[in-house]
Amino acid sequence: MNVNQQTPMASPYGPPQPGYGQPSYAPLGGGYPGPYGPYNGPAAAYQPGAPPQGYSPYASFPSKAVAANPVSDLSSPLDLGPARGPLTSAPRPVSTPQAYSQYPQGDSQNGPPPMDHSMAQPAHRSPVSQPYSHGAMNLSGPHPSYSQQYGAPPPMQQVTNQMSGMQIGSGPPTSVGPGYAHHPSSQPPISAAYSSAAPPSYTQAPPPLSAAPSQPPPPSEPAASQPYYGGPPPPQQQPFPSAHHPSQPFVSSSPYLGPPSQPQAPPVSQQQSFPPGPPAQQPFPNSAPPPVSQASYSGPPPLTQHSFPPSSQSGPFPPISISPSQYPGPQPQSQPGPPPFHSGPSPRGPIPPPSMSQQQANHLPPGPMQQQQPPQPGMQGGYPTQQNGAFGQPRGPQPGYAGPHYPGQQNYGAGPAPAPAPPAQKRLDPDSIPSPIQVIEDDRVNKSSEPFTTGVKGQAPPLVTTNFQVKDQGNASPRFIRCTAYNMPCTADMAKQSQVPLAAVIKPLAMLPPDETPPYIVDHGDGGPIRCNRCKAYMCPYMQFIEGGRRFQCGFCSCVTEVPPHYFQHLDHTGKRVDCYDRPELSQGSYEFVATVDYCKNNKLPQPPSFIFFIDVSYNAVKSGMVNIVCQELKTLLDYLPRENPEADSVVRVGFVTYNKVLHFYNVKSSLAQPQMMVVSDVSDMFLPLLDGFLVGVNDSRMVIESLLDQIPEMFADTRETETVFGPVIQAGLEALKAADCAGKLFVFHSTLPIAEAPGKLKNREDKKLVGTDKEKSLFQPQSGFYSNLSKECVAQGCCVDLFLFPNQYVDVATLGVVPVSTGGSVYKYTYFQAETDRERFLNDLRRDVQKPMGFDAVMRVRTSTGIRATDFFGSFFMSNTTDVELAGLDCDKTVTVEFRHDDKLSEDTGALMQCAVLYTSCSGQRRLRVHNMAVNCCSQLADLYRNCETDTIINFFSKYAYRSILNTPTKTVRDTMVNQCAQILACYRKNCASPSSAGQLILPECMKLLPVYLNCVLKSDVLQPGADISLDDRAYLRQLLSCMDVSESHIFFYPRLLPLVKLDGGSLPMAVRNSEERLSKGGVYLLETGLHLFLWVGANAQQELLSNIFGTPTFSQIDPNMTSLPELDNPFSQRLREIIDSFRSQRSRYMKLMVVKQEDKAELIFKHFLCEDKSTSGGASYVDFLCHMHKEIRQLLS
Amino acid sequence: MATYQEFIQQNEDRDGVRFSWNLWPSSRLEATRLVVPVSCLFTPLKERPDLPPVQYEPVLCSRANCKAVLNPLCQVDYRAKIWACNFCFQRNPFPPSYAGISDVNQPAELMPQFSTIEYIVQRGPPNPLIFLYVVDTCLEEEDLQALKESLQMSLSLLPPNALVGLITFGRMVQVHELSCEGIAKSYVFRGTKELSSKQIQEMLGLTNPAASGPQSRPAAPQDPAVTCRFLQPVHKVDMNLTDLLGELQRDPWPVPQGKRPLRSTGIALSIAVGLLEGTFPNTGARVMMFMGGPPTQGPGMVVGDELKTPIRSWHDITKDNARHLKKATKYYDALANRAAVNGHSIDIYACALDQTGLLEMKCLSNLTGGHIAMGDSFNTSLFKQTFQRVFSKDHNGEFRMAFGGTLEVKASRELKVSGAIGPCVSLNAKGPCISENEVGVGGTTQWKICSLSPSTTLALYFEVVNQHNAPIPQGGRGAVQFVTQYQHSNTQRRIRVTTVARNWADAQSQIQHIESSFDQEASAVIMARLGVFRAESEEGPDVLRWLDRQLIRLFMFHLRRSPFLQVFNNSPDECSYYRHHFVRQDLTQSLIMIQPILYSYSFHGPPEPVLLDSGSILPDRILLMDTFFQLVIYHGETIAQWRKAGYQEQPEYENFKHLLVAPVDDAQEILQTRFPMPRYIDTEHGGSQARFLLSKVNPSQTHNNLYSWGQETGAPILTDDVSLQVFMDHLKKLAVSSAT
Repeated sequence: MNVNQQTPMASPYGPPQPGYGQPSYAPLGGGYPGPYGPYNGPAAAYQPGAPPQGYSPYASFPSKAVAANPVSDLSSPLDLGPARGPLTSAPRPVSTPQAYSQYPQGDSQNGPPPMDHSMAQPAHRSPVSQPYSHGAMNLSGPHPSYSQQYGAPPPMQQVTNQMSGMQIGSGPPTSVGPGYAHHPSSQPPISAAYSSAAPPSYTQAPPPLSAAPSQPPPPSEPAASQPYYGGPPPPQQQPFPSAHHPSQPFVSSSPYLGPPSQPQAPPVSQQQSFPPGPPAQQPFPNSAPPPVSQASYSGPPPLTQHSFPPSSQSGPFPPISISPSQYPGPQPQSQPGPPPFHSGPSPRGPIPPPSMSQQQANHLPPGPMQQQQPPQPGMQGGYPTQQNGAFGQPRGPQPGYAGPHYPGQQNYGAGPAPAPAPPAQKRLDPDSIPSPIQVIEDDRVNKSSEPFTTGVKGQAPPLVTTNFQVKDQGNASPRFIRCTAYNMPCTADMAKQSQVPLAAVIKPLAMLPPDETPPYIVDHGDGGPIRCNRCKAYMCPYMQFIEGGRRFQCGFCSCVTEVPPHYFQHLDHTGKRVDCYDRPELSQGSYEFVATVDYCKNNKLPQPPSFIFFIDVSYNAVKSGMVNIVCQELKTLLDYLPRENPEADSVVRVGFVTYNKVLHFYNVKSSLAQPQMMVVSDVSDMFLPLLDGFLVGVNDSRMVIESLLDQIPEMFADTRETETVFGPVIQAGLEALKAADCAGKLFVFHSTLPIAEAPGKLKNREDKKLVGTDKEKSLFQPQSGFYSNLSKECVAQGCCVDLFLFPNQYVDVATLGVVPVSTGGSVYKYTYFQAETDRERFLNDLRRDVQKPMGFDAVMRVRTSTGIRATDFFGSFFMSNTTDVELAGLDCDKTVTVEFRHDDKLSEDTGALMQCAVLYTSCSGQRRLRVHNMAVNCCSQLADLYRNCETDTIINFFSKYAYRSILNTPTKTVRDTMVNQCAQILACYRKNCASPSSAGQLILPECMKLLPVYLNCVLKSDVLQPGADISLDDRAYLRQLLSCMDVSESHIFFYPRLLPLVKLDGGSLPMAVRNSEERLSKGGVYLLETGLHLFLWVGANAQQELLSNIFGTPTFSQIDPNMTSLPELDNPFSQRLREIIDSFRSQRSRYMKLMVVKQEDKAELIFKHFLCEDKSTSGGASYVDFLCHMHKEIRQLLS
Repeated sequence: MATYQEFIQQNEDRDGVRFSWNLWPSSRLEATRLVVPVSCLFTPLKERPDLPPVQYEPVLCSRANCKAVLNPLCQVDYRAKIWACNFCFQRNPFPPSYAGISDVNQPAELMPQFSTIEYIVQRGPPNPLIFLYVVDTCLEEEDLQALKESLQMSLSLLPPNALVGLITFGRMVQVHELSCEGIAKSYVFRGTKELSSKQIQEMLGLTNPAASGPQSRPAAPQDPAVTCRFLQPVHKVDMNLTDLLGELQRDPWPVPQGKRPLRSTGIALSIAVGLLEGTFPNTGARVMMFMGGPPTQGPGMVVGDELKTPIRSWHDITKDNARHLKKATKYYDALANRAAVNGHSIDIYACALDQTGLLEMKCLSNLTGGHIAMGDSFNTSLFKQTFQRVFSKDHNGEFRMAFGGTLEVKASRELKVSGAIGPCVSLNAKGPCISENEVGVGGTTQWKICSLSPSTTLALYFEVVNQHNAPIPQGGRGAVQFVTQYQHSNTQRRIRVTTVARNWADAQSQIQHIESSFDQEASAVIMARLGVFRAESEEGPDVLRWLDRQLIRLFMFHLRRSPFLQVFNNSPDECSYYRHHFVRQDLTQSLIMIQPILYSYSFHGPPEPVLLDSGSILPDRILLMDTFFQLVIYHGETIAQWRKAGYQEQPEYENFKHLLVAPVDDAQEILQTRFPMPRYIDTEHGGSQARFLLSKVNPSQTHNNLYSWGQETGAPILTDDVSLQVFMDHLKKLAVSSAT
């Protein structure tokens, strides 16, 4: 919804957008810092209208104050200094002082936010019934969620939800005003701001509500801004920000901005709005930075970080400064408005000049503003309601598109853009460009409060970063399937024109949170599942029963099939089967069938699977301590083998093999007093030396197994064998499973390049000179076809291979990983493994890997309605034909990305259906069929397409596509292709969906405004653009790793989460800051989560108290950079921090090792590598630069 | 003057030598006319409890190509301290240590009663005995259990310092490492893939590539602990090994219906050979293989695993239908030769109801001096006692086995060595006394006998090369010296030297003398060996024809009917088994094999040997037949009825009880000493097992000459074979005709 709105609105509502953006930011910031309660309050308040005023002041002021605070925390002076400096162009130093001043203010703001919360709720309710409900939901929902992890974020989301609603509505009307207001308001009350914003949005009333404050600003702003905004910018920002913010923002903004900026305000809002808006939340802090950033981008980042926690506080400040700064940049060029804004102008002056692109960037900034909105839209729940309020119905928005509202939104989006255009020459303010943090926060605030019901077709789910509950009402949960577009183009031409990839990211066995019901199991009896006669689709909610229930028509191929007598049921008056809700397959999106013997290999019911552990016992493996650790761990781990019935023992059998250049099998039959070792030296022709006693039940043979695991480390303690084999190891496992006639999983713990004479022997081919050349691709290809052939055999047997690597040098992951990747296994890599430091990480990975639920010998098939077809698949699997995805093993973390292409026209009436059926053997040896159904809308208007996309999923698809392409294409070509496609997507939008505006404007679709930043992260990832210190193995490893990531993992992988560690009290998380060095404050401590690593960055000037709380020492120099876990200190901060770290780890499929990085330590280089908005040492562009580049590309396409 | 009989007996007792002729025809021409060549049966390690070994090195003739050992036949000049070699006539000075030699102070080797003398020599460190068990695990549970017990028992019989190793096989081959504590460790090989010796050693980790400097090749059997974890001193590992054997499981791989278990015998043996080859080359070692069925996979496979395809029979072989025969035989031949080269012997203990492939595998034992034992099950006393008897000890408490023997034969100038037949391989030692006429294993003067027992007997064939026109002076004597070097079971290296001489006689003038010096028994065995040897290496019918030509002139009726030559009614495996033993046993045993002994027990008198004739089978007699391989006690019809009626239990019929016990006691006595343990059969008239007897006796009464049917003259034999009477009639006719 939002998206749609935004897109259309972009141009028209230029002004509002800015406002929105600002407000939204503010709310975000505010929400985080302030207690949840408060924020909500504000929001409510805003809605009512009255609150807005109050809030606005609070918000605005507070926000500033907050900003200040954060800044101060960070090392505010510096950051601020630069930030402001830029703003004013000249006075950086001055700015710093200001910053300080701001901080204090920020603090004050913190107070208010709470108020907001309480207020917010009520407000929502009152404004729109639906919204209210949402709001209510949100409230309840969010709160809990907050407490869990993102205590803070949830509120934000809630707020944002409300906001979003508000924004939409308000967007159009008050867009301008709000926008500005937002900046200010958003900053202080961020959360509040949102809430406040929301109200406005709901009904244009919001403006009224905020009216006094907000409206004023809008007008003023609008006037000014509109011109500035030129449409695009405002739209994006406006709707959300403005609406929400307006209330607060207006007030606040008006005050802040007002004074300096009404003139500026507009510009600000426009330019700023973009920047500010986005910044507002982050920007605020950023805003300060921006200046810096202009001067030096690094400055801002810290702020952003701060902003998270203090965001609200910091937000406010930044906004002000930011808006100016940003505005300045854009404004000057784009319009006078910006300058008026005050600081804006000056900053602008400096900023704009720097880069034309920046202007564009500025436009982009609107994007961020939009982002804020988008998230709200994204939060369908929130949005719709709001929209309803505003526009009528949730979906209304879409319709609204056509309508003025949309335009308004567009304006927002566009607004910024235009503004930028003018300032283009100036440097782009990082705070003014779309901020991922803002988007995430908005979505969180708007959508986490209410369950996401899957019954409505074509509804985009909340972002992966948002905590939400799913109710299965006929479509698969987004935890199982996420689509790039929920509104598919009807025709191939449209699809081609838009270049938006049509893909679904499917995680068939995803784990659901405890409060969601796992798929029901359905047994259709001896005949097996009921299926369509022609296309063999399984019974699902899309089957239409006709002729009184005697037949059904397939929703995929329209073929009519007889209903078997035992399945017959009468239809009710609506044509539904009477038992519709009693049968999961008729009412749910996901369920499981019990498969009959017809679905089994060789028409024989499967045996329970087996796990075989292969432990490398060569010199390196023993010396690193790996062997010892594995053996110790297995003793306990074996009690946790996967099982379906938690009461019963697992039926999984286990076997053990150690190896160096020969293999040692172990007979652990229960009747033996001691295990027996059987050495197979004939590795050239592997075979299984024993049958009975190799695979055993853990409980039966416990004594023998324990004895074995005790003895293995001793036996090989003095080994001097350095050579290893690898191919024969897999072969041995394969043979074992063949002999036992079962599927299973091999756990291979391997240390070195297998150079011993044996099949699959590898040579060291690491040649860094090839990097960057056309031959680079060969480095990602396996050395020989041996492992590919082997993996075919493995798949045929259902032999899944998990590889744990402990290399000290090149091991050729590209080749060793072939089998795991083709068999649905995983590769884990622990370079330079040391028992002391890497033990926890390895063990946690191992534990999880052993315990996680998984299926074996799986075949997945995706059926679609006539008109589209699944054409390409990405992931860890093997395909022997073009339709069946064969997975020897499929665990709960494995994802398959499927690309669809048109082979005919789709109909808007029926939409598009897809059914993903996975046939697998459960860990108890049952044959099952898991079916996921997904229905999406179809559209004949490009605008509809752009309104319902999910950028994270698109990025997931793009990255997988790119990572696979480098196998066959020079890396540079791949990068260029990506940029080009992205440009085409955006250009298509600009050309076909955005309202006319100056060519210099960068207009981004609301739901894709983060596409550039994320794409840039993909392009500069280690795989596509390696730094000098990245080994080939690392690249190959990451390449393979990504291939089966779900959206949530790929998101954090490309855009890590950077949390400033302040005020950890309470159940909430501090708000993240953008991944840029300039957001780091010397005085702060930050936690960076990349999905693979956790960094704790300690600023050189970090407060002693903070250090004491975390490390138990007040002295920076005494912090041990080698620690991998934090000391357990008895203070709330330490406890909370460790809780947070634990909860982060528990969310990821791989354990993240904690690295403590001290500022200006050499390890900081590694850390900085993950600050993905910055220029990377390997030549990757900074976000700002890339955005400019993208804009240039788009312009070229358009011209 | 003693009779020739006594002379022969005395010679045999002293030197273990029996010549076919005890006077030798002095010219080549005459010798060939005698049909039976000058030849002898020689038992190298004939037990001589009265012969104390001397503790010094033998004195050798200094001529490079002679090297004969100083012996009583040499002429000695005590004053000059010089001795003349009686083979090459080289005059040699005595070594300094013989300085005190004189008429009255002679070293033992010069005394006539020491024509056989044994030296103990010091050659490097003593080599421990090595026993490598190769055990088939594709057995029935009961069989395996029995085998395990036998093996465990055998550990207690081994000398404590002997090295022992264990290889088990079924579908896979496992080489068990014995040195490790805790975890039992074994190396496993696929049973279908042939590996070179080098590969095997690499895979067993016997080559240490890292330490290539000091010892380039692991040819250092002297430090076994390092060299080989698979062969360990019994005293160190007997507990371990006992447990290991105890835990030995049947081959776990499922055997589908209608299939034989997969047995990788060929690979198991090649690994055993390869292992020893790599670790203890040229050291005495014994590979003892226990198998419960034919090899069914991999190289050396004798029959496929489909039960519907039966193992080859003579019929298949003659029709050239035995698919695997040639390949398998070739494979095992190659293995046997490798083992023999390194001085390792291979025993085969095959226990199964069906054939196990001895035909293909026989050379493993035949060429290496190993034993073959054949039985129905490992759970029989036949196997258990046979196996136990391998480890029997002599009066000194030492094993009756020796290893790594080489036998060198030196002969006077007039005599050349044609060859040898026995459990030996040629060492290809060239020398002056090699005949161009090869008989048996020829072309050499030295043979390797990897494993020797006191009864191991070789047949040696000579050729008289003296030309007719160069007569040997009256009273001339020809001499033969046997030099046997071997590793005694107590690990000493020993050399036994036997020097014998026989007078030359002019066949024309002294034909009577020569005739009377003919040793009928020895000749029979010698010729039979020749026949068997040819039967082994040539087509069956050809041999029979040759025999008929050559031997019809002899008395060899029973030989002709024996399983050694006649394959009818015997499986190929059985023939191989019988032949194996025939070519190694001493004269007495060989004779029993050729013509079984039949004793009769009755109330009419003391036990008496009776003719091996169907006429001997009478109702009131108990017969005891000894065929070497079988001991049959046959109760005549009446006796059987009495026994059934339980008369022996009644005190008044105690004499009957004694009668019943008498043959059993005698049989027991034979069983005690014989190796391999014969099959002991207690049967009666009409019993199914009576066939063992009926097939051996001379069918003087058959269903064809019904005139005697039903009379009290014995039992008719249902056969178409000719009876001795018919045979003799033919023989007479032929003898006359050939003379003409």
